[in-house]
Amino acid sequence: MSTTKGSNYKLIGHDYQTPDIVAKVLGQSKYAEDFRADGMLFAKLALSPMPHARIRRLDASRALAMPGVVAILTADEVPNAKPGPEDPTPIGRPELALTNEPLYAGEPIFAIAAVDEWTAAEAIEKVEVNFEPLPFVIDPLDSLRPNGRNARADGNVFYQNTKIKTIKWTAKDFDEVGKGRLPWGGEVGEEASFGDIDAAFKAADYIMDETLFQQSTSHAPLEPRSAMAYWQNGKLYLYGSTQSLAQSVAAVARWVGIPESQVNFVGEYCGGGFGGKITGSQIMAVPALLSKKTNRPVMMRISREEESFIGRVRPGFQARAKLGFRKDGRMTAMDLLIIEDAGPYTQQGDAQIASMIASLLYQPQAVRLRALSVATNTAPRTSQRCPGGLQAVAMFEPLMDKAAAQLGIDRVQIRKINAPVDNSPWGFPEKKGQPQDTATSAKVREVLDRGAELFKWDERKKRSGQRSGTKVRGVSVAVGAFFSGSNGFDGLLVIKPDGKLYVHQGIGNLGTHSVSDTARVAAEALGMPWEQVEVVWGSTAKSVPWSSTQDGSQTTHAHSRANHAAALDAKAKLQEIAAKKLGGQPEHYDVGNGRVYPRGNPSGGMAVGKAAEYAIQLGGKYDGHEAPKQVNAMTKASTAALAGQGLVGVAKDEFPHKGTTFSFVAGFADVEVDIETGKYVVLDYLAVGDVGTVMHPRALGGQLHGGAIQGLGHVRSQSLIYDPQYGQAVARRFHHTKPPTILDIPLDMQWDAVNLPDPQTPVGAKGVGEVAVSAGAAAIFCALADAVGHDYLRRTPIHPGMILTSLETKSMTHHPLKAYI
Amino acid sequence: MPEQESQRLLARRQFIKSIIAGGAVAASASYLFRETSWAAPAAGSVERLVTLNVNGQMRRVDVLKQESLAMTLRYKLGLTGTKLGCDRAECGACTVLIDDVPRYSCSVLTHTVRQSKVTTIEGLAEPNGKLHPVQQAVVDEQGFQCAFCMSGFIMATVGYLKTNPKPTRTELAHGISGNLCRCCDYNKILRSMLRATKSMEQV
Repeated sequence: MSTTKGSNYKLIGHDYQTPDIVAKVLGQSKYAEDFRADGMLFAKLALSPMPHARIRRLDASRALAMPGVVAILTADEVPNAKPGPEDPTPIGRPELALTNEPLYAGEPIFAIAAVDEWTAAEAIEKVEVNFEPLPFVIDPLDSLRPNGRNARADGNVFYQNTKIKTIKWTAKDFDEVGKGRLPWGGEVGEEASFGDIDAAFKAADYIMDETLFQQSTSHAPLEPRSAMAYWQNGKLYLYGSTQSLAQSVAAVARWVGIPESQVNFVGEYCGGGFGGKITGSQIMAVPALLSKKTNRPVMMRISREEESFIGRVRPGFQARAKLGFRKDGRMTAMDLLIIEDAGPYTQQGDAQIASMIASLLYQPQAVRLRALSVATNTAPRTSQRCPGGLQAVAMFEPLMDKAAAQLGIDRVQIRKINAPVDNSPWGFPEKKGQPQDTATSAKVREVLDRGAELFKWDERKKRSGQRSGTKVRGVSVAVGAFFSGSNGFDGLLVIKPDGKLYVHQGIGNLGTHSVSDTARVAAEALGMPWEQVEVVWGSTAKSVPWSSTQDGSQTTHAHSRANHAAALDAKAKLQEIAAKKLGGQPEHYDVGNGRVYPRGNPSGGMAVGKAAEYAIQLGGKYDGHEAPKQVNAMTKASTAALAGQGLVGVAKDEFPHKGTTFSFVAGFADVEVDIETGKYVVLDYLAVGDVGTVMHPRALGGQLHGGAIQGLGHVRSQSLIYDPQYGQAVARRFHHTKPPTILDIPLDMQWDAVNLPDPQTPVGAKGVGEVAVSAGAAAIFCALADAVGHDYLRRTPIHPGMILTSLETKSMTHHPLKAYI
Repeated sequence: MPEQESQRLLARRQFIKSIIAGGAVAASASYLFRETSWAAPAAGSVERLVTLNVNGQMRRVDVLKQESLAMTLRYKLGLTGTKLGCDRAECGACTVLIDDVPRYSCSVLTHTVRQSKVTTIEGLAEPNGKLHPVQQAVVDEQGFQCAFCMSGFIMATVGYLKTNPKPTRTELAHGISGNLCRCCDYNKILRSMLRATKSMEQV
């Protein structure tokens, strides 16, 4: 495994033991389902057996008469809350914890609390529910047919992220669909573009026009979204599984219908989310409300099957892409028609993100996107690790290889030719004629060069298509890009008289290690030895600052900035205190190694613990009795709660930031395909990242490799399967959804990072979680195409059967557009 | 057939028989067990109050006949280190050792392990707090991400290494392939576990 060295940092960029790992290996780390309370009841959800229906009558009398059954919670008792900024934007009726009009099979309709789970489950069977079945649709294309059904009464196509309308294509449009491609002329939900698309195609020497398909996949974190709740003195104590701690509070408050101040959220460990638990909070209202109703603690254990229904899904695409290239390999134009399978509730917007990522990664002079976000009666969609970005590179990177082959250009080269650089434009201008936004930094050429060197590209590409018995080799390169940072959040820390630095974190702890990685940024800026640092996380009762949601690979960037800001605030206060107590001016003092000392005399001055005592004596801003105006109300409340405990550093991240932060990963894969069975194995994989400053090498390696293997799952096996006749989800278990196992990974994998700081952020760090997935998926797809043939593979997942039939018939035999096969 | 194995089979057969006949569960139950729960149960039932050997301690527990070991460990004995990821023997998060053999505790009836030695993640470290070499290796390598699968992987590895203490990477991968990690941090997991085999060799 590679390591990256460089800077003079003492903590940043070095491996360390995270503060949570010993609890984890001892089995002492408490995930949501591990909390207990005396007299705890168990709740069980009743799920809709129908993909779309209305509950006409619900009679729970027989259930409630059962011994051990305590209460039922129906949809009528769930507050009719509007989602907030942390949640997907609602369109029409928002998704709530329980509903009387289920829009997908498996949607929760009521819940029962009983003394144990078996009793609750049995009671559900005794509730009589009379459903009025309503029309449903599973495949988005079926909804666009001239007489196609709508998934909802109010329409079938979401647009502008907030609205819904009805679109039906003509019979003529469907002639095209019959031929296996989407009609260019079909009506769309919305359009976005930049540049002159006609002129851009005119400038092209080579144009390809392809039909593409990306399947929907469930997030399927290993920990289902169980939750436990109780109330004390009117305040809700909720133990839930969430990616984001601080921002889950407002969401829970809304779903339960209480003020934010009445929510104490405990989320110490999260067993994976991948976007499915950004707040993950809607369903937490069920144990919370049942607990209120019964006046007893309620545990709601979510089973794997329930998680497969309510656990969120990445939207699949049915797409058509026309790409223009000049002879020299430069992409000129990109015309996209994308149908996004939106599920029943929201416009996820992966189609838009996919086109934006493509506009960045290939820098064409014009892009046009025409998109339909079609409502279906399938599980709700939300961001899944690299939303849109994964679909984009899994679709377009293989096409880059096709272009490279057509134009006689090396595959690494064609990517370098089109690569973005620092400050390259991306996306669509808000108004026509306005300039595009820019990327803060983009070291695509650098990661490609490093990767080609480490992978020995020039040598290994000669193995392309080489046969050995029944085995054929494929080698590949692919580049992924994704958003990797936000800004403007708060940092909060305390130096106490015990001489320790307590970094309070409002972000979640979902295994990326950013909860401690970003705390180290504060320690670094204050020169505090790591042994003197405590990371405070896991409960909103622990006085946490306003923090980013932990999604979009934004945390490392956002909270390296916020904690750096809080550390600079603490540093200034230490210097001021030293000047007050020891004389001279603040700037005559420096901090480091647990001391604030006169410049050049590290053993002089005073220990920071002593300075903390003075801070408490001074009060005001020094010990948290005053907080800066700019910080969020949550940070102010937390600062007030910490006031008087020591020297408080608190600040909003107001560091300058121009443009949008992206990370990039080049993936290189080597696969072997058995042409007799269609089975394939990944022999080798290398990821090289442009993630700015490397924060924590081992965690980075884990993201780059773990992400790539999740990408392998997308390409190879993971899928949702729906029965179109009855609208039932068939893939309810790991056995059906087929995530990768330990036997699917290459014998060894390598990684590296170019470790070039992003200039728009103080420590130069960018996120990595999402881009890692897309690079792996695309590299493995490209390697398969390299082995099997560039024209045969246009959809994911690629099953061995598809490879076999493609090889046999020398054509693409699988259905190009059909969802859920 | 080794004696231990034959005893286990016998016990299982008797357990099934006892459900059918509603009779007393016979033979080799522990002294504690005999003393406290010999009262004739109702027809069609099995003893509810049983004694389990968990992490070297004899634990008295009231168990339903359909109760899985995972539920007993987690909800009756307070051993929440054993996780439930799928409830149906697909993911391995609930792996514990039963007489040193890794088993999915979600799919083992508690009644079937009354005469067995059950080891969970909480029972691996020494009483003085010293970590088991497999635990220590995970700490040293910073293995795993969200770690919801970690207990199961550690128990599966500890069990597998009892049968093959010096596995190759491929052998080890096969040995613990009944466990899923959705973070897909498999590379770091294997590194950790192989590190453990090296440190165990030195002991």
